[in-house]
Amino acid sequence: MTAVESAGGAVPNELGPIETDVVIVGAGPCGLFAVFELGLLDLKCHVVDILGKPGGQCSELYPEKPIYDVPALPIVTGQELTDRLLEQIKPFNPVFHFGERIDGLAREPDGRFLMTTDAGKSFLAKVVVIAAGGGSFTPKRPPLDGIEAYEGGSVFYSVRRMDDLRGKDVLIVGGGDSALDWTLNLQPLAKSLTLLHRRDDFRGAPHSVNEMRRLVGDGKVRLMIGQMTGLDGDAGVLKTVTVKTASGEEKISVDAMLPFFGLTMKLGPIADWGINLHENLIPVDTEKFETSETGIFAIGDINTYPGKLKLILSGFHEAALMAQAAQKIVYPDKKVVFQYTTSSSSLQKKLGVK
Amino acid sequence: MVKITFIQPDGTTQTVSAEEGLTVMEAAKMADVPGIDAECGGACACATCHVYVDAGWREKTGAPSDMEEDMLDFAFDVREESRLCCQIKVTTALDGLVLRVPAKQF
Repeated sequence: MTAVESAGGAVPNELGPIETDVVIVGAGPCGLFAVFELGLLDLKCHVVDILGKPGGQCSELYPEKPIYDVPALPIVTGQELTDRLLEQIKPFNPVFHFGERIDGLAREPDGRFLMTTDAGKSFLAKVVVIAAGGGSFTPKRPPLDGIEAYEGGSVFYSVRRMDDLRGKDVLIVGGGDSALDWTLNLQPLAKSLTLLHRRDDFRGAPHSVNEMRRLVGDGKVRLMIGQMTGLDGDAGVLKTVTVKTASGEEKISVDAMLPFFGLTMKLGPIADWGINLHENLIPVDTEKFETSETGIFAIGDINTYPGKLKLILSGFHEAALMAQAAQKIVYPDKKVVFQYTTSSSSLQKKLGVK
Repeated sequence: MVKITFIQPDGTTQTVSAEEGLTVMEAAKMADVPGIDAECGGACACATCHVYVDAGWREKTGAPSDMEEDMLDFAFDVREESRLCCQIKVTTALDGLVLRVPAKQF
């Protein structure tokens, strides 16, 4: 599996590296909220993400899927959460670098970190915050001949807008929660919906399995047990998918195919930055969420410590504590006064409260 | 040592000597058998050490566990004789085992 290609457009900086207080690796919810907590303490951030947009997994994999455990938001979709975070961090003017991956990281003699991206950009920062979630991830691509030609037009690894699939013959392939959830969500608006899985046994939540079976019983979803063997179409437009079942091969009409064969999560170049790792996670302390390297912090799903829970809310907490430690590195002589946004005039000024 | 033969999709064969107690995947990796990627290193967390067990050996290698079945969902062209070879332990009972490497791992 290759990493997501750089979106391009980035100009190698001829005037030397971009100098900043903090470089945040990853623009998922934790990386975004880190901008807020660091911003309150006057630390300037640049955020780099391999994806082409902010939100990480929230916006890439389940932008329309509800999240129920973000405090004070009984229900929020991945995209809404991302949009709200972007609004919240706006006063701090973070600079985003999308479609780029940081490949190299080395400590300079003055203690700062020099980082280079795959697009040839470089940064010089006093603090590095790794908020890279599961690493640089890509959905697994079924190894069917010519599938690349249909990607984006007829083959989708995530659903950006459900409405795009309205009135279409949709084929969903897989047996986990993603396949089941999208079967349930898309059935009402698709012209036809076929769910294809290699065995009549599903890994998904029992409730979703039951709901899917009910739709199959009602004749609203066709369940096929088998595997794809070929794709046919024209100029990037998929027409039929060949499915091998116990009773032989069948060609079915398909406008849109959604394969859910999981993701390959790769830590990627982070593994070469000289940080201690444990099973592809970054061990940190629970006071500062600092890695084995002073000045390099790790927050969110990518870190590990006793009792770690991979929850967005845990990542937010980690960001707040990390920011206090980061401030001491960037402003070693500054007296830290803990303040509340509710009452502090200085914090409100930073937030642009009128 | 236990002899295990891997047959590639193009028909080429390679017989490796495997130490008892290792997994078949580990034996294959040590002998650089092409097509056994084993990305996760043997944790049954990917499906890139997928093999087909040759007829006659399926009883001795046994059936996949539930976890292995779940992971086989992520493999391509899964058949009744499919196994993830990181989940097959090398024993003397498997001396002479024949496995086929699928055309693609993904």
